[in-house]
Amino acid sequence: MTGNPPPRTYPPGDHPDLPPPPATSGIVGWLRSNLFSSPFNSVLTLVAIWLIYLFVTGVGGWMVFDSVVSADSRAACQAIDSGACWAVVTTRLDQFVYGFYPPAERWRPNLAFALLLIALVPILFSAVPIRRPLLWFAAAYPFIAAWLIYGGFGLPVVGTGQYGGFMLTLIIGVTGISASLPLGILLALGRQSKLLALRVISTAFIEFSRGVPLITLLFVASTMLNYFLPPGTSFDLLVRVLIMVSLFAAAYLAEAVRGGLQAIPRGQVEAAEALGLSRWTTTRRIILPQALKIAIPGIVNVFVGLYKDTTLVVIIGLLDPLGIARAVLADAKWNGLATETYLFVALFFFLSCFAISRYSLWLERRLATDHQRTSTP
Amino acid sequence: MIGNVAANFAALDKTFSFRFLWELPAGYDINQTLISYTNQNSHLRAAVVGLLNTGLVAIVGIFLATVLGFSVGIMRLSNNWLVSRIAYVYVEFTRNTPVLLLILLWHGIIINTLPHPRQALSLGGSVFISNRGFYVPAPVIEPAFWWVAFVFCIATIIAAALYRRGRRLQLSTGIRKPYLLYGLGLTIAATILAFYVAGTPVTLDRPTLRGFNYRGGMTLIPEFVALTWALAFYTSGFIAENVRSGINAVDRGQRDAACALGLTENRTMKLVILPQAMRVIVPPLTSSYLDLMKNSSLAIAIGYMDLVATLGGITLTQTGREMETMLLVMAIYLAISLSISWGMNIYNRRQRLVER
Repeated sequence: MTGNPPPRTYPPGDHPDLPPPPATSGIVGWLRSNLFSSPFNSVLTLVAIWLIYLFVTGVGGWMVFDSVVSADSRAACQAIDSGACWAVVTTRLDQFVYGFYPPAERWRPNLAFALLLIALVPILFSAVPIRRPLLWFAAAYPFIAAWLIYGGFGLPVVGTGQYGGFMLTLIIGVTGISASLPLGILLALGRQSKLLALRVISTAFIEFSRGVPLITLLFVASTMLNYFLPPGTSFDLLVRVLIMVSLFAAAYLAEAVRGGLQAIPRGQVEAAEALGLSRWTTTRRIILPQALKIAIPGIVNVFVGLYKDTTLVVIIGLLDPLGIARAVLADAKWNGLATETYLFVALFFFLSCFAISRYSLWLERRLATDHQRTSTP
Repeated sequence: MIGNVAANFAALDKTFSFRFLWELPAGYDINQTLISYTNQNSHLRAAVVGLLNTGLVAIVGIFLATVLGFSVGIMRLSNNWLVSRIAYVYVEFTRNTPVLLLILLWHGIIINTLPHPRQALSLGGSVFISNRGFYVPAPVIEPAFWWVAFVFCIATIIAAALYRRGRRLQLSTGIRKPYLLYGLGLTIAATILAFYVAGTPVTLDRPTLRGFNYRGGMTLIPEFVALTWALAFYTSGFIAENVRSGINAVDRGQRDAACALGLTENRTMKLVILPQAMRVIVPPLTSSYLDLMKNSSLAIAIGYMDLVATLGGITLTQTGREMETMLLVMAIYLAISLSISWGMNIYNRRQRLVER
């Protein structure tokens, strides 16, 4: 200790609080503990930085800095710069959004979309001022939207063959989600039922739907559903697809809900019985609220899956964003720009799916009524 | 409903029969055949070729997805902030993009951005990457190879016996001897020795450029590469999340206890954490595998001839037998799915925690 200044002495309890050592706090401390905690970690960090650098200069340069946003054709793009040719997307943006919906009528899907946002508010968030009337509006929304988009009753009819683009994705996604949730819950309850016939039918339906790829069911919808209907009846292709997608998602949803149902302790049912609640009230008031809360992550996964699977309709000839992309790429002017086109569509799906999964995380946290065990890192 | 079908069939003058499968020649070509096939073969054989193609994509895809998924899942748990962030971005991107879109995107990238065969990218002079396919060396197996295989089997059996002996020694006395290492060394050494004694019975047939395309070796068609890679890429995100949540699900106390007992980091992972994590990981892992297998049916979008594209695609349109072909396709997928999930249930029952 020689050479150091003599330590100052303080009476007990009077020592001032000193700042933590500089190497353990602030930016330096964070860097040390998170990036350079060991030699191996330091190497990893450097390799990661190098990879990010390669990615940013290579892909970033191609996507952003050297890209062309507006041009008439691929050749015109290449004449301007060497990077991505986003002009293929910007010139056809209308089609990517609406498909071949007549331009004069596009205010209708626009309005339907705005109303969708309003209808979603009371469903997604419980702390909304006038929630009850808004919920009634949400319940009526599917009919309003169908009327707005399809027409009739004073509006000119727009045939389903003209729907396309992101609009079609939303139509299939929203219909599928709202139809499959009640169906899936019923199927899950059916699988747990004491009635043998109900249980067998539910189980068989669930296992069958989960065992075959969706694309085969869509083929069935597009080529042979008519065989199963009474002779002479026929549906619109879009309606058939909506039915198939909803049934398919309902089977997956039923399994997610079943997981929640099985997690409810037997004591809950026994307590409800002891209180004299009827079986229906028990299911509705005691079991389902708890089961659905547990099942949220699974349910949201199914929803995200359904939303992504709406792209499969391109294979049976509907013009969803991928269908539009293929149509655009078949145009000789834009030949060979598959990467740009599909990346654009991917961005749309990524943003919406990411938003859905973030919402579910938020909902899970808000509904977590049990005592959270704090986990030490 | 069956009555409806019968009435509709009668109205259209159709019959229900599977005879077309072996009576009519398929009449179409398939761009990747694992067994010999010409367009004069029956529809049944075309369907089998398609089924094998589905199987090939599923197996290679599952292997790739598992390797990628476990790596990314472990990266996600890394205490290096940058590494875990990169893994996070990877997982979010793969999980939030439709698989069909990824298939088309990768196919587009291969077709549009890779060079023509004449300017193919070369990896070490034996693998060539071009937009018409990936050319890789093919092994040529001579009869003497089976002797090497025989030696390998014998050596493996001896190695297994050694390993068991090591286990018994450890259980009875607590002494650990590297018998596993001995066994592995023996197997490798014996196999290499046999390989050279038999006169190197496996040679590589390297692809070489002739005219506009490559001859020799094996060609992986772009559709196969795009499909397999896109499926593996997509599924690996889900597997990574499984792995992460499985490892996180192991109680913190288990790690502390292992540490207190003086187990090293590696042994803690191998003997304490992983066995418990696997119980959580395996069930969703199997369903990821099943999803990959079912998603391979999207091959039809890029023209890879799998089961759906052969039997449910061209055969359907050529014979006009929607009912029969689609029933068959669905039955085959259903059979595979149900048998795998049945096996899964058995595994689960055996792995279940035995509580007293």
